[in-house]
Amino acid sequence: MKRLYVFLALLLTILLIVPLFLDKYVLGIFVMIFFFAYIGQSWNILTGYTGHISLGHALYLGIGAYTSTYLAQTYGLSPWIGMFIGGGLAVIISMFLGFLGFRFGLRGVYFVILTIAFAEITRLLVSHIGALGSFAGIFLDFSPSFKNFQFRGNKAYYYISLCFMVLAVIVTRLIETSRIGRFMVAVREDEKAAESLGVNAFKYSMIALGISAFMTSLGGTFYANFIYYLHPNIMFGMNFSIELILRPIVGGMGTVLGPVLGSFILTPLSEISRVYFSKGGLEGLHLVLYGILTVLIVLFMRRGVLVYVKKLLNPILKLEGESK
Amino acid sequence: MDQMTLGLQLSVQGVLLGGIYGLIAVGLSFIFGIMGIINFAHGQMIVLGMYISYWILVLLGIDPYLNFIAGVCILFAIGYLLQSSTVNRILDFPEAMQVVPLVAVGLVLENLILMLWGPDHRSPETAFNLSTIWIGKVMIDGSKLIAFVLAIVLTLGVFLFLKKSSIGKSIRAAADNRTGAVLVGINVNRINNFAFGLGAATTGAAGALLLPLMPVSPHMGHDFTLTAFVVVILGGMGNLWGALLGGLILGLAESLSILMLPPTMKQVVSFILLIIIMLFRPQGLLKGHK
Repeated sequence: MKRLYVFLALLLTILLIVPLFLDKYVLGIFVMIFFFAYIGQSWNILTGYTGHISLGHALYLGIGAYTSTYLAQTYGLSPWIGMFIGGGLAVIISMFLGFLGFRFGLRGVYFVILTIAFAEITRLLVSHIGALGSFAGIFLDFSPSFKNFQFRGNKAYYYISLCFMVLAVIVTRLIETSRIGRFMVAVREDEKAAESLGVNAFKYSMIALGISAFMTSLGGTFYANFIYYLHPNIMFGMNFSIELILRPIVGGMGTVLGPVLGSFILTPLSEISRVYFSKGGLEGLHLVLYGILTVLIVLFMRRGVLVYVKKLLNPILKLEGESK
Repeated sequence: MDQMTLGLQLSVQGVLLGGIYGLIAVGLSFIFGIMGIINFAHGQMIVLGMYISYWILVLLGIDPYLNFIAGVCILFAIGYLLQSSTVNRILDFPEAMQVVPLVAVGLVLENLILMLWGPDHRSPETAFNLSTIWIGKVMIDGSKLIAFVLAIVLTLGVFLFLKKSSIGKSIRAAADNRTGAVLVGINVNRINNFAFGLGAATTGAAGALLLPLMPVSPHMGHDFTLTAFVVVILGGMGNLWGALLGGLILGLAESLSILMLPPTMKQVVSFILLIIIMLFRPQGLLKGHK
């Protein structure tokens, strides 16, 4: 385990130095890698650890993006503060969803549909609110300054998103090793058995959902200020919800490093193939490949790629004693 | 038009719309009833059915009401292959892992459609496009009426097939008790392939019948899937007649909501209905599986 930490520290150092040698385009890809690793990690805390599948996580992303942007445009509030207000709002809504879902015993597919329904209702409501740009969406004004969360070039975004990702990894690791994390895993493995042993499944499901929603929402604010354009069909759309869960699934759900690894595999693939194929008029091809890859990984590497990478690196990192 | 006629008109429209919703949902309900799998690629299959029908209409000039046979055959084949290559392997997986591959299959289908036909909306002219029937002051849309009748015929067909034919009986046996079915010598995997094929085939028919009613574009799939969820949960998961009943209720609710809400908000009504039903009567109005 010690060697793993050294290895990760080494990787982090490389990632901290590397922007000095990269151009804007490559940095942009890295920003997307870190962003999707972060969002995937947030989703992983709920679905990977408690087993409640959310297919509506774009909801929290959209809430974060819209709240901070609205507050910035109307009241001139810095997105740095607005993102925590958005996070709070996301927590409130997720608690309502969680209360309905967990209290009324919606499990498995029914919970999935509940999360989709919440995201879709919000998407439709936002599409009808004039102050939030309704169907047209919101364009963010570009006025770079630290206070406005907007920067020239991609270097600042690179470090911010790297910071987001590292923090998410640390948070997930802390949760995993804490009592709360162990209870969450107990709920995932067998909710009834866990409850019969005195684990309050409702409470720990709610905690996981709250943390997950809060973190996803912070990511939404970042995304808004990186993309500069918000549209309800994109920010709250089901495609985003699908897109953000693929990486943790490919990397390995319920693991600390799975979502990060998944993002490092899939995001460059998606970004490069998007650019490459759209030139040839094959705009959907990268998602076709993506979908096929996901099916194959679920069929043949059910626990994600991370398990195999660990095996591969085992001679160097000496993880054997730790992982079973 | 006075309030009374408007209400009547909207009710008639709601019932017809409901038949179409039933048509959209039958396949989803069928596959869930047999295998306990939610086909998250359902909506994309309907869209594919629409495009197949569209292609035949444009290239060969055959009307959707006749050419739906082609969509049925092609989607049956796709469903059969999908089950034998993928879904049979995930039947024993935890639910999270059952959801993901089918969502991914939906993604693949949606983007294949995008590559084949491009992102534009297309609305073909058919012989039935503009025909309407007047009963008193109430207008009935011809193509909607046909879709409505065919939805009932189709459901009845699937229902009778399950009850009477020998394959249908094997399908029900495999759904009831997989181990038992294996013991009496049913090749369960093949029966499952057939069942998924049949469920997919109904989406091919639904797609063709929807073609005259709305312009088709590659990204409509999710909307169909979501509508089908609402309908199936209203009526009872796995209950074929429940799908029709759920469709009728949803159609009426959405149609009448126009009296109070802007038309683009009608889906909000259906989602709220969905949540309420899931919370208080998760087995649906007619008893389905839970």
